[in-house]
Amino acid sequence: MTDAPDPYARARAAIAVLAVDPTGLGGLWLRARPSPQRDHVTGGLALLPLPGIRLAPNVTDETLFGGTDLTASLIAGKAVLARGLLAAPCAITLAMAERCPAALAVRLGQWLDRGMGCLIALDEGAEPDESLPHALTDRLGLFLDLDGISAQLPLDAPDARLLEEARARLAYVRTPDEAVKMLTVTAASVGISSLRAPLQALAAARAHAALRDASTVEEEDLRLAVELTYAHRALPQSDLPPDQAQPDPPPPDQDEGEGATSDPETLTIPEDMLLDAVRAALPADLLARLASGRAARAAAGTSGSGAAKKGNRRGRPLASRAGRPDGQSRIDPIATLRAAAPWQGVRRALQPGVTGLLIRPDDFRLRRFQELSDRVLIFTVDASGSAALARLAEAKGAVELLLAQAYARRDHVALVAFRGTFAELLLPPTRSLVQTKRRLAGLPGGGGTPLAAGLQVAIEVARLSRARGMTPTVALLTDGRANIDLTGAANRPQATEDAARMARLLAASGTPAIVLDTATRPQPALQVLAKQMVAAYLALPRADSKRMSKALSGALEAV
Amino acid sequence: MKDPFPFSAIVGQEEMKLAMILTAIDPGIGGVLVFGDRGTGKSTAVRALAGLLPPIKAVEGCPVNSARIEDVPVWVQGAGTKLVTRPTPVIDLPLGVTEDRVVGALDIERALTRGQKAFEPGLLARANRGYLYIDEVNLLEDHIVDLLLDVAQSGENVVEREGLSIRHAARFVLVGSGNPEEGELRPQLLDRFGLSVEVVSPRDVATRVEVIRRRDAYDNQPETFMSTWKPKDARLQGKILKARKVLPGLVTPDAVLMDCAGLCIALGSDGLRGELTLLRTARALAAYQGHGTVTRDHLRAVAPSALRHRLRRDPLDEAGTGARVARILAEALPV
Repeated sequence: MTDAPDPYARARAAIAVLAVDPTGLGGLWLRARPSPQRDHVTGGLALLPLPGIRLAPNVTDETLFGGTDLTASLIAGKAVLARGLLAAPCAITLAMAERCPAALAVRLGQWLDRGMGCLIALDEGAEPDESLPHALTDRLGLFLDLDGISAQLPLDAPDARLLEEARARLAYVRTPDEAVKMLTVTAASVGISSLRAPLQALAAARAHAALRDASTVEEEDLRLAVELTYAHRALPQSDLPPDQAQPDPPPPDQDEGEGATSDPETLTIPEDMLLDAVRAALPADLLARLASGRAARAAAGTSGSGAAKKGNRRGRPLASRAGRPDGQSRIDPIATLRAAAPWQGVRRALQPGVTGLLIRPDDFRLRRFQELSDRVLIFTVDASGSAALARLAEAKGAVELLLAQAYARRDHVALVAFRGTFAELLLPPTRSLVQTKRRLAGLPGGGGTPLAAGLQVAIEVARLSRARGMTPTVALLTDGRANIDLTGAANRPQATEDAARMARLLAASGTPAIVLDTATRPQPALQVLAKQMVAAYLALPRADSKRMSKALSGALEAV
Repeated sequence: MKDPFPFSAIVGQEEMKLAMILTAIDPGIGGVLVFGDRGTGKSTAVRALAGLLPPIKAVEGCPVNSARIEDVPVWVQGAGTKLVTRPTPVIDLPLGVTEDRVVGALDIERALTRGQKAFEPGLLARANRGYLYIDEVNLLEDHIVDLLLDVAQSGENVVEREGLSIRHAARFVLVGSGNPEEGELRPQLLDRFGLSVEVVSPRDVATRVEVIRRRDAYDNQPETFMSTWKPKDARLQGKILKARKVLPGLVTPDAVLMDCAGLCIALGSDGLRGELTLLRTARALAAYQGHGTVTRDHLRAVAPSALRHRLRRDPLDEAGTGARVARILAEALPV
């Protein structure tokens, strides 16, 4: 491992490369909270040779792709079409990109595929599992995390004239065949399966060579390109904890990579060095994030599918409301005409000579619908030593059976496990059964029972899913002997007290819940807890998981 | 906008390419579902397919691409009386699309400005006789899926809303792509796709390098690249047209029908759609390869694509249905 490169130089290089070839690189994933540093970077983006446009995730299709300009059409009496923002090449800055719904991400991705411009995604995610949708992360070549850059250092922008010259030279930069091979092999050896990455690396290398006024892509360019475009996608091979399920296909055999290097005649660049560059550029916390949250990201990206209940598209009809057609909602023509009818005489007097109906934008009535939102089942599983001894295997079996039912009902599922001194969200709300199953199978048992911490995480997940328009239900599977308090210390009275507090909090949030007693004998303490949670309580008789799941689904139907 | 990436220049992914070619030969097969990793060329292949498809003859100005003048729906105003050649439509169905855009709706603009009750055709009308492509199909909202199911089944779009009562033909080949890690597809919709293909990133370095090389050439020297690959695409198009011609005259021995039924029973696939698709696909393959008779080899070649998504699946089964099909295939149709 070489020393980590200067984050400041990295940011500077990223901006310069992007400014030379914005469409080739696709764009920049900028992970930073609003800060002076971020302003420096976004300020540097003014050097891009494309007009900049700033968007928020709630942008409508009509704004993006064009449509009828309503006000102008009504005034003119015929359809006036407005051009969408994306009709011309541009550089889009997407604010709050971590809130970007899947539908928008897919459309922006398709737009990027057409090579019309580039996208700068400002990811302000505070939690590790808040992240960009995959449709975007795969298409944005560059990644910057501004944590390491001190606020004092202003980011001096590259010279605009220099960039201009580099852009002119770009078409003449030659790329040796070995360089292409090298980038591909490197990508494969750090576990990047997407083939967009080597293409973006190639674009970065070429842009850097053009900046250096070199006619051929050389080692220096490749190094930088790998550092800029692979670091955030790389899968740490050895750094994954063994119990972490690995959702991605394993990186290809190392043999292949070595087979390619064993031919020193054709390869002028030692491959180890490129690998070093990738490793060195990986910030320590990014490694941890990748290791712990890779699947979490996958799910976070899709959460939009169940969310976004605008209440104007389907469901039980409600009375129409005044509003402006935005391409998403449906106009209620009858109500619109009814609203316009009383004014026809007055308007005709004001606009003599106009035939037909006189409709003003404020006459429009939009349909509204009420819809039941998707349900998300949050399994909170006790994986402590006592539970493991008792019936963790049975609990797992029951959860699996419930998963199959959730699949049939199109419910979302989240998985929280607590053991030892803390609780963790193994799987954020998802519909992917494969992932849930994998996570559940990889859940080890042992340690203390931090019941309060488990409930705390469940409450947080419930809150987040409610914010995304879903209806959460918590299913707590435990044997009820809380012995670890919220601080992680082994203190039975405090642990019981904390658990009770969390239970009341859950009840206060109005989340329906169910408590499944998995102890060998029913625990009176757990009944008390269930009361505090205003939850149904089920003492599960010793039974096979099928009967257990039957009992559980019966109780859930009642919730 | 530049030309799409040529179909024949796509490296590897033979199963996906073959599936798309077969639906081009016989649209009755009923569409392709492509599931797989990101960055494996799923959408590239669909866009490339658009460039490969032979043009169709349609009535001028007809919004549903009617083949004959008497087929033009009665509600269409301003359709011409002569036939024009136009490219086979490949229509994108974007995520988050509204119901109105899909099935069509009252033309609000005309209703309000001129007081006329007119129908504004939707995406289903435009996709008639062509392809309807849904990227990230597994993220599509359920109410849109319901609409598609109904229309894909009946081949006709019926609109009964806002005082309109309209129907028009909507026969299209459904092409969907998606990443299974991001969500499952409803079994009902799964069944509507004739073929299902799983794509993975190529594992060997040589293939990967070749992909990068071609894409790079396409991006940076489009003219040279296109002049190399356009003729190959044209040859492929010729093959498709020829296969379409010989398809009706193809001999299907009874033994092959028995094989079809036997295989589907062994796999326990629901309904009879499996057999029908399997047979149609095998016939298209035979026509494509220039054979006069459908044989067991053709069946064996297309069975995984035609059947892997039709098995009654255990949602928690991790091995995937592809392996199951392969195993039973080896048992039921020995070489």
